[in-house]
Amino acid sequence: MRRPVPMYPFTLGAMVLRISASLARALWEHSEKEHPIEACGVIAGLAADRAPTRHIPMENSAYSPTFYEFESKALLALYRELDDRDEVPVVIYHSHTSTEAYPSRTDIAYAGEPEAHYVLLSTREEIASRSELRSFRIVDGVVTEEPVEIIGD
Amino acid sequence: MSSSGIEVRIPTILRPFTAGAKIVTGEGATLRDLIADLGKQFTGLEERIMENGALLRFINVYVNDEDVRFIGGLDLALNAGDKVTILPAVAGGASK
Repeated sequence: MRRPVPMYPFTLGAMVLRISASLARALWEHSEKEHPIEACGVIAGLAADRAPTRHIPMENSAYSPTFYEFESKALLALYRELDDRDEVPVVIYHSHTSTEAYPSRTDIAYAGEPEAHYVLLSTREEIASRSELRSFRIVDGVVTEEPVEIIGD
Repeated sequence: MSSSGIEVRIPTILRPFTAGAKIVTGEGATLRDLIADLGKQFTGLEERIMENGALLRFINVYVNDEDVRFIGGLDLALNAGDKVTILPAVAGGASK
């Protein structure tokens, strides 16, 4: 039995993901390269402004078309590195390779970063190439989609 | 064997239970005891780390940078000065 979460304000910020065209392209390139397995990674940014600036592709230790997981030691190393640089995982992304870019039950069950933008991309073949990149907040099992604004380059 | 004063890093998602604290201190001869001690200090925290006596699948616990799943799990003996890090797994995918 889970107790209700005590009130403590997570920093959600604006309910919009503003991302540069070059970072969006980098996520697509990674997703297409890994297809048909799921690609995954983060875009780090300074904790102070939570703007996504640094793409860090991660290895999918599950090597699966339907599951992804950051390998546990790599996960720890990533968080250490972010901490040392006063960064946070602003965006956590992964690709769905045969379904739409919407959080699955598994995605919701695992979502452990309430302050992150969860970005999903779809590389399924039935849709136009690079047509689905969507962003969500997942807090305590509740999914909220937010607009994605591609800015500059 | 002393095992007091073990530093535990708390991830963002569990900080509501520690009044926002990023690092807390607990004690215990084993990891299981430490988590029980944290549960006494911070109501509700234990249930977010363990269920039915086992670590939750989507929580990773590291002792001195080693994932405890590979070095003895909850029965791992702790020593004063050990550093514990709790992180939510980053995982998911299209299955189900």
